[in-house]
Amino acid sequence: MNFVLIFLITIFSLSLFFYGRSKTKSISIEKNIKLNALPKFYGYYLVLWCSIPSLVFLLIWTLFEPVIIKSIIIETAANQGAIFNDKNEANLIYEKIKAIYAGTYFGDIDTILKESALSYAKFINLFTNSKIVLIFGIVIASVIYSLKKIKNNNKARDDVEVILKGLLFASSLIAILTTLGIIFSLLFESIKFFSVINIFDYLFGTNWSPQRAFVRDASAITAEEYEELKDAFGFIPLIAGTSFIAFIAMLVAVPVGLFSGIYMAEYASLKVRRISKPIIEILAGIPTVVYGFFAALTVGPFFRQIGENLGLTVSSESALAAGLIMGIMIIPYVSSLSDDVINSVPQSLRDGSYAVGATKSETIKKVVIPAALPGIIGSVLLAVSRAIGETMIVVMAAGLAANLTINPLESTTTITTQIVMILVGDQEFDSPKTQSAFALGLTLFIATLVLNYIAQRAVKKYREKYD
Amino acid sequence: MTKEERLKKRHSAEKRFRFYGLASIFLALLFVLILVHNIFSKGSSAFMKTAINVEVFFDQELLEIKNGASDDEILEADFFDITIESLIKVYPAKNVEEEDALIELFTTDAEIEIKRAFLENNNLIGKKINLEITASDDIDQLHKGNYPRDIPEDRRRISDFQLVIYDNLVENQKIIKNFNNYFFKNGDSRDPELAGIGGALIGSFYSIIICLLLAFPVAVLASIYLEEFAPKNKITDFIEININNLAAVPSIVYGLLALQILLATIQLPRSTPLVAGITLALMTLPRIIIPCRASLKAVPPSIREGALAVGASKFQSVFHHVVPLALPGTLSGTIIGLAQALGETAPLILIGMVAFVVDIPSTPIDPSSSLPVQVYLWSESAERGFVEKTSATIMMLLSFLIVMNFLAVYLRQKFEKRWN
Repeated sequence: MNFVLIFLITIFSLSLFFYGRSKTKSISIEKNIKLNALPKFYGYYLVLWCSIPSLVFLLIWTLFEPVIIKSIIIETAANQGAIFNDKNEANLIYEKIKAIYAGTYFGDIDTILKESALSYAKFINLFTNSKIVLIFGIVIASVIYSLKKIKNNNKARDDVEVILKGLLFASSLIAILTTLGIIFSLLFESIKFFSVINIFDYLFGTNWSPQRAFVRDASAITAEEYEELKDAFGFIPLIAGTSFIAFIAMLVAVPVGLFSGIYMAEYASLKVRRISKPIIEILAGIPTVVYGFFAALTVGPFFRQIGENLGLTVSSESALAAGLIMGIMIIPYVSSLSDDVINSVPQSLRDGSYAVGATKSETIKKVVIPAALPGIIGSVLLAVSRAIGETMIVVMAAGLAANLTINPLESTTTITTQIVMILVGDQEFDSPKTQSAFALGLTLFIATLVLNYIAQRAVKKYREKYD
Repeated sequence: MTKEERLKKRHSAEKRFRFYGLASIFLALLFVLILVHNIFSKGSSAFMKTAINVEVFFDQELLEIKNGASDDEILEADFFDITIESLIKVYPAKNVEEEDALIELFTTDAEIEIKRAFLENNNLIGKKINLEITASDDIDQLHKGNYPRDIPEDRRRISDFQLVIYDNLVENQKIIKNFNNYFFKNGDSRDPELAGIGGALIGSFYSIIICLLLAFPVAVLASIYLEEFAPKNKITDFIEININNLAAVPSIVYGLLALQILLATIQLPRSTPLVAGITLALMTLPRIIIPCRASLKAVPPSIREGALAVGASKFQSVFHHVVPLALPGTLSGTIIGLAQALGETAPLILIGMVAFVVDIPSTPIDPSSSLPVQVYLWSESAERGFVEKTSATIMMLLSFLIVMNFLAVYLRQKFEKRWN
């Protein structure tokens, strides 16, 4: 249906273009007046007026129609005596009703379901019909309006440009909408979660095992149940595991990345730079799932084997393997950012140092790096924020069980791993377990935001210093 | 310490420092090499499959169809009996257990393969032909040398009897290596020898196309607005801060966004390329806007001023002159953004693309998988045969990424104008 409507609107708009163009031409000849714009702009003007309002309306309608119909149907089903205790059962009944309507349901159909399916069909029809009528109304109204404007010989080019500028502005607003969407969707579930679990119990709890958190009725939790729940959602082991793996990653990425950045900026000839820089950046272009596969199937077992030979017990999901591979992934972020930062240290500082007899390495160590330090710290912070937000490597190569440890040979888990573990597969609605994933997401979002903010401020301050 | 000694020390410190830099670069290059070598050495064998040459006799009594039967009749007919009859004749079996062991050498789809041969030529009743039937995953891995023979029988998936048959087959040159068409054609399967990336390829293709259609126009329009039209005010600043922050938000957060808004609120179908495409578009948008703005910024102001001077409107100067000049940079930024989106896994897992999908999706609203998610799924499987399949999928994924990145570099170098 929507495709037919879009098609019709497109065809109609296009024909309006030719109509508008020839119509204004003929008007100008008939009345012997000078047009205020080229004829084609009158065509564009009609096209924009015909298509934009109706398409925007269609989009909004399509987004909200299923939601509205669903709430109406569930309500009518409840009025007719259907019983459902929570959102899950309501959804199940709604799916059944939809299946009956589509003719793909083969279970028993009782009268309530039958009635509901009939009223579902009725509402679908009603909504579709009113959608068509409203869209035709909008198209006709906007076409009449714009035709009238054209007949009065408006400044079509200016008007078209105003509309287009609005369109440009609207596209740039999508960034804000996305941010709002992220904040809204994370907050919405997190607030529900924190209404069950005290935020301090979450932030300072030392035990994370959401699979134990089984709640019969989230709205009425007894004190006993809460004691148990509180124990299932402690954030400390997750942040410890995340920071630990990120720390190991940084131990790899910072020295290797920094030294290659320095070499690239200060020593390498143009030719070496031109070849090695893109190759190192390949590391950033490899999908993280590939690193995860490599860590889980090659590096993990390899470390385990070495451990066995040395008489150590190494988990095959050790933090070391995940951290090492994550560090390799992050090398290019550190190296290319610090390369940029070092390059923008003014040459006069180096020349001054050489003039008093310092060698190249002394100049780098004593002059260039201290001068570039805020920028380098900024780039390391950006790398840290990547490390804690990285998902696939840790999902595949790090452990699943929360484990407060500082032994790199044991397995630990991370925030992102837990989000994936909780949300993969079927989820129960309105259970603290599902909601906890959103609380973790919110925590992660805030953490990366703060890190990025500090990093960007540091880099910006540093840039301003030498501009 | 004399002056000379000190100087020597300083110079050797210089050399050491230089060596550290060089060593780090080589270390990074070494990592690339090890990774690529590891994947290629594991994955290249997946492009071939092992088949066993079997003599099939199309017995009219067992099949109950005649020569020249229509396709419907053939599809209806039961090929199970003649499949079993043919398979157990590969090697003389003494009892039922041995017959079972024989049948286990072949893929579970052996019946379908024989049926397919009959569909191609429906005059085979009463005739004997040689067919190449795909071997089971275990035999496949054994033949490729990925399966150790020297461990005790109870820890092996292949029995001693089966090894004897295998050796006999190899001796008689009945075992052949064929191009693995299943790997490209089939959807996912529990049997490694039948599993393929066909479904994942189509799913990824749809997702990326939807991502391109949504992200590219919006990103270009938004960057034109911000670079050319936006007044310097609080709203513009706010939009810019937003875009920079969004580019650094971990991808999994976009998965949570999609789960809550696209699936729970507006109820788009789960596990579909449509939702994946929208999610990836939201994620890619800021990552495309940033290079787009850079390439618009690189067009010198004299171009705009020249256009304005001969009477063009602001819009005409931008759309007729600035945008075409910035297009190569814009396109290459878009392609690199799409390449990142193609390899993205975490948000797709959250929107349910990890579902086990056997069918190949025909539209963007069918449940489907995608290449990186397929890598994740198979890497979790225990069967040995999936290791090479996973590596081969990674090879496909990496080759797509390499092609896209080369395209981006080529576009930039070939068409971009240098202004100084």
